[in-house]
Amino acid sequence: MSFFVLKLTLSTLRFKMRNKEIYLDYAASTPIGKDVVSFMIPYFDQSYGNPSSLHSRGRRSREVIEQARSVVAEIIGAKSDEIIFTGSGTEANNLAIFGIAKAYKNKGNHIIISDIEHKSTMEIAHTLSKEGFEVSIAPVTHEGLLDIEKCLALVKKETILISIMLVNNELGTIQPVKELASRLQALRVDKLPLLHTDACQAVTLIPVNVTDLGVDLLTLNSSKVYGPNGVGLLYKKKVVMLTPLIVGGGQENNLRAGTESVPLIAGFAYALQIAEENKASEYIRLQNLTMYLREELQKRIPQLLINGSKKFLVPSVTHITSPHIEGESMLLMLDHEGICVSTGSACSAFDLKPSHVLSAIGQDTDLIHGSLRISIGRYTTKEDLDHFLHVFPKIVFNLTNMSPLVKPITVTV
Amino acid sequence: MINFFKKNKTEENNEDSWLYSDNVKEHFFNPQNCLTNEEEYDADGYGVVGSATCGDMMAVWIKVNEETNAIYECKWRTFGCPSAIASTSMMSVMVSENEGMQLSRAKRLTPEAIIERLVGLPDRKYHCSVLGHLALREAIKNYETLYASAK
Repeated sequence: MSFFVLKLTLSTLRFKMRNKEIYLDYAASTPIGKDVVSFMIPYFDQSYGNPSSLHSRGRRSREVIEQARSVVAEIIGAKSDEIIFTGSGTEANNLAIFGIAKAYKNKGNHIIISDIEHKSTMEIAHTLSKEGFEVSIAPVTHEGLLDIEKCLALVKKETILISIMLVNNELGTIQPVKELASRLQALRVDKLPLLHTDACQAVTLIPVNVTDLGVDLLTLNSSKVYGPNGVGLLYKKKVVMLTPLIVGGGQENNLRAGTESVPLIAGFAYALQIAEENKASEYIRLQNLTMYLREELQKRIPQLLINGSKKFLVPSVTHITSPHIEGESMLLMLDHEGICVSTGSACSAFDLKPSHVLSAIGQDTDLIHGSLRISIGRYTTKEDLDHFLHVFPKIVFNLTNMSPLVKPITVTV
Repeated sequence: MINFFKKNKTEENNEDSWLYSDNVKEHFFNPQNCLTNEEEYDADGYGVVGSATCGDMMAVWIKVNEETNAIYECKWRTFGCPSAIASTSMMSVMVSENEGMQLSRAKRLTPEAIIERLVGLPDRKYHCSVLGHLALREAIKNYETLYASAK
């Protein structure tokens, strides 16, 4: 056993001893907020009571969870009993879509999702289609925004649910969920179809209020809000019926069984609260950084394409395509220089399929393998971006000079 | 029972885990024989396979010793992921090392042989990223056609 502990310690040390790392992948996962860990610690070692126990220790744990619930409910404009804590954003999406499909299956068997949904939503829809549900895919524009007209045209009397993400995870585009909700109102019969939105990418960046958006269900995830990994939530409007996926001890209002993790839930709520308090000032700071990044990239690498809407965009994401070179190669060369970014598009050591999002926005198939997502956040500084801007053009230059698709080019470094 | 504590030889020497083998890493960051002066390069044979759409494309240029029928220089350009770049680079080394590879042998060069020299690739990268040998065959075919017509 001691060897295992030693090995873990060594790999942690190695992790810390690496040269300064520049993290530009906030859309994949945010680092945990500075005070969040210390806030959570007492809930690990002191409050070990099971929130379902009747004794005082159990009741104290229950109280922490209920406080956390009311904090997050207030932030998103919901009531406490409309919040269901889950193990992740993916689980919340599963609970929402499978749960509605099961609860309303005698009302209809048709659901609608968009062409650029998160993989979890895509897979859930795919699974439902194998179980006899009919799934329609609403198209998006070249800018990566939902085509509301075409989406509404898909609604029929069997439609029980529409699920559209609030902010796309690859492009950072803000989807017109509010407009969809209000337009949908006129088409609804007996409150159906319901509207679910995955707001994981949105909540630290733009206002997210369930009443204002007009949604019936909403997904959030702690690891995107500077909180701990392993916890998420689903908002479900009170009148909406839902069939649980995990049954057992009746936790979370009989909708998600399993002993609640007090420290994770407390940390999630605390992190969300901090993010909410800083949202307005962070918006301006991040927007300035992103504008700087985009201008400089365009200046230094003229052939670079910047994807997605420029108007309906979160202030943190820059999604680019570099013609004639491939995404994973760019990513691993940046990684070699200590810069973490992501490629949603290219095939990688783990996944060969290029991004469905880029096909959905109609990107040229010749370009589809060469994109990168740079996403900034709370701890990103202008110096970080300057370093990226110093390194990246050289990488583009080197890879382009290896590519058979072009004659050697010059790049201003 | 699974032994969680078994020491892994490669892990011991590896400072940092990487997605691909050390040889892939070496050839990706320090590619060998990449052709950067296409305009001035006078090749005996040229071949290209793949496309930007499918995600991998390789071009290969060879110079052949007419006396010995061996490839004494092999240059390339590759569009693709790290394993595509590394495997083309490795292939160029294999073909041109020592006295150069005989054309007859070069025609039969397999992706397995290239992968073996790279000390392995992730399974899913096996088929798509190792196309270098096909580009090489094209280049040899091109050389043989040119050579025959010159005669």
